[in-house]
Amino acid sequence: MKYIDGFRNHLAAKSITKDIHDLAGKLGGSNREARIMEVCGSHTMSIARYGIRQILPENVRLISGPGCPVCVTDAAYIDAAIELAERGIHIATFGDMLKVPGSSRTLADARGAGGKVHVCYSPLDAVKLAKENPEEEVVFLGIGFETTVPPVISIIKKANAEKLANISILTAFKLVPPALEALAADKDVAVNGFLLPAHVSAIIGVDAYSSFVHRHKIPSVIAGFEPLDILLGIAGLLEQLTENKAELVNQYARVVRKQGNSIALDLMNNLLEPADASWRGIGTIPQSGLVLRKEFSDFDASKKFNISTEGGKPDLRCRCGDVLKGIIFPDECPLFNKECTPLFPVGPCMVSSEGSCAAYYKYSR
Amino acid sequence: MNDTERILLGHGGGGKLSRNLIDREIVTRFGTDGPLVGLPDGARLQLGEETLVFSTDSFVVSPLEFPGGDIGRLAVHGTVNDVSVSGAVPLWLSLALIIEEGLEFTVLQRILDSVKEAAEEIGVKVVTGDTKVVARGQCDRLFINTAGIGRKIKNLNTGLDRIKQGDVVITSGTLGDHGMAIMAARENLTLNNELHSDTGSVHRLVAAAAEWAGGVKFMRDPTRGGIAAVLGEMVEEQSFGIVLKEEKIPYNPDARAVAEVLGIDLMHVACEGRMLLICAPEVAEKITAAWRVLPEGAGAEIIGEVTDDNGRVILETLIGGRRMVDIPQGELLPRIC
Repeated sequence: MKYIDGFRNHLAAKSITKDIHDLAGKLGGSNREARIMEVCGSHTMSIARYGIRQILPENVRLISGPGCPVCVTDAAYIDAAIELAERGIHIATFGDMLKVPGSSRTLADARGAGGKVHVCYSPLDAVKLAKENPEEEVVFLGIGFETTVPPVISIIKKANAEKLANISILTAFKLVPPALEALAADKDVAVNGFLLPAHVSAIIGVDAYSSFVHRHKIPSVIAGFEPLDILLGIAGLLEQLTENKAELVNQYARVVRKQGNSIALDLMNNLLEPADASWRGIGTIPQSGLVLRKEFSDFDASKKFNISTEGGKPDLRCRCGDVLKGIIFPDECPLFNKECTPLFPVGPCMVSSEGSCAAYYKYSR
Repeated sequence: MNDTERILLGHGGGGKLSRNLIDREIVTRFGTDGPLVGLPDGARLQLGEETLVFSTDSFVVSPLEFPGGDIGRLAVHGTVNDVSVSGAVPLWLSLALIIEEGLEFTVLQRILDSVKEAAEEIGVKVVTGDTKVVARGQCDRLFINTAGIGRKIKNLNTGLDRIKQGDVVITSGTLGDHGMAIMAARENLTLNNELHSDTGSVHRLVAAAAEWAGGVKFMRDPTRGGIAAVLGEMVEEQSFGIVLKEEKIPYNPDARAVAEVLGIDLMHVACEGRMLLICAPEVAEKITAAWRVLPEGAGAEIIGEVTDDNGRVILETLIGGRRMVDIPQGELLPRIC
């Protein structure tokens, strides 16, 4: 913890905050206002938790992007998981998924009604569950970005090694770079700086963003999740904006390498292939998901149990899509803090503690 | 509400869902008048000249035995603490056991020995009880209920109505150790050092603070929902608020490490042997110093003060930002990344 505490030091924070205010004073022209999107949910969370928004100058606006994998999970996917639970199949999942509303219910409701829904801290807990219940089927809910995908699909390696045939994954994996492309191409999204995710970048590497930054000419900084990392990231973006630069900078060099994590990347390439994916609140983004290759279809829960994860009916009044694109602030949504609260979320952004609406509700109402 | 609405695990998490359940189903039936009004930790019962305090609590912790304690010690401390923070000296306990078929006698013996030891340390007596055995699968090994009676300490009159702007918030020690020790034990997260539950009695802390009874405004032990729930519920619908200084809040480094890994805010995590006290500024240093002499108060710190910010708990963060501290919602769930 001593190491981490270094990145929460208040004297250093003060000094960087002063730099940020100085730089913001120099912004001009079309960049008079810095509109910085933090793409990753863990950034959103950390920004809220440390009260970072409150110490920034008025012309530096932080916009929370679509980087919470739980939040962008389609309602139909939840419906499918609930249906599997109703068929008596064990559902193993990360805890945040329990509260995500499907078309009408959540997995917590399904569990309350007798469904065998298990909260796991590690995907390998699901393997253990399958081993302990050899006569029954176990499905792991495979959601997540590049960070979470490798540990989840390691289930397959482990199951093969232990000759388990009663475990499979319901995949809804998502990729960050295609989402960035979609955001940059969307005319409604007026962002002039990207704070790029920490852990995802540790897997995919700095180079994964080079072509994106080069083509769209938007300043981009890879930043860690600690408050000083985030402040340094913001200062770096402002520096580029004042100098009219659009470069890719790796502020999180203590963890993120140029080429990423080759073991994780190889595992993903061997087992998975890109496919179009539906993002809740945003729609379908081409080639932004990962599905299991044909050779591994025995582990593909949607094929094994012949169940579709598409075509759900979310509440149309929910404006999570606009929140995720930074078009409105959470409290500008008509449902915010009325029908939609963390206890009874309507939209995905209110569900996960990393969601923009939940963070907004929790820390800055 | 419809007829398919069911109880969810979150209803037991100590957060808003729990509150909804209690407000809707319990308060409406039993809490419209009498000692239950305002849901204090213990009921104050007037009996002639004497005021008694009465409280009860049930214990369903898994695993039954964990680093730093077991369900037996917890069952004594939980109820003793509720009685103590109501401003009373705990005297008598009841002990009711619900046992699952198949529980090993050796485990039961160890836990009952713990109950005896904990009660003797505090000076309370188990004076009545009950045992029930249910079929396998109908409870998880062993559930315990205790109820406690204590005698109210004269002059120690706490209440929200006594809290004023400028009053001070004190914690008796590090926060969140119990909840994190249980989660670490459940998930086999050892992380080099063993994290111990803080389960313990606060009765001596209350007795120490009673020396300055006139300045003591409010006492509570932050169990489920942690300090965020206790303070959040305290300021609800009040004309005052609280500001906490993050750098002053004591945490155990091992608890912080586990919380960090699981993505949990320690302000939401249960303690079972700590207390929060709100007092007038002129007695704050004295109470803190008196607590620090006791082993259970060695980590006492002044962590914040009462403001005029209606009904809000604000945290001044390590880096100088400010944010709201919200009452946790339902179940404590780990974030995934």
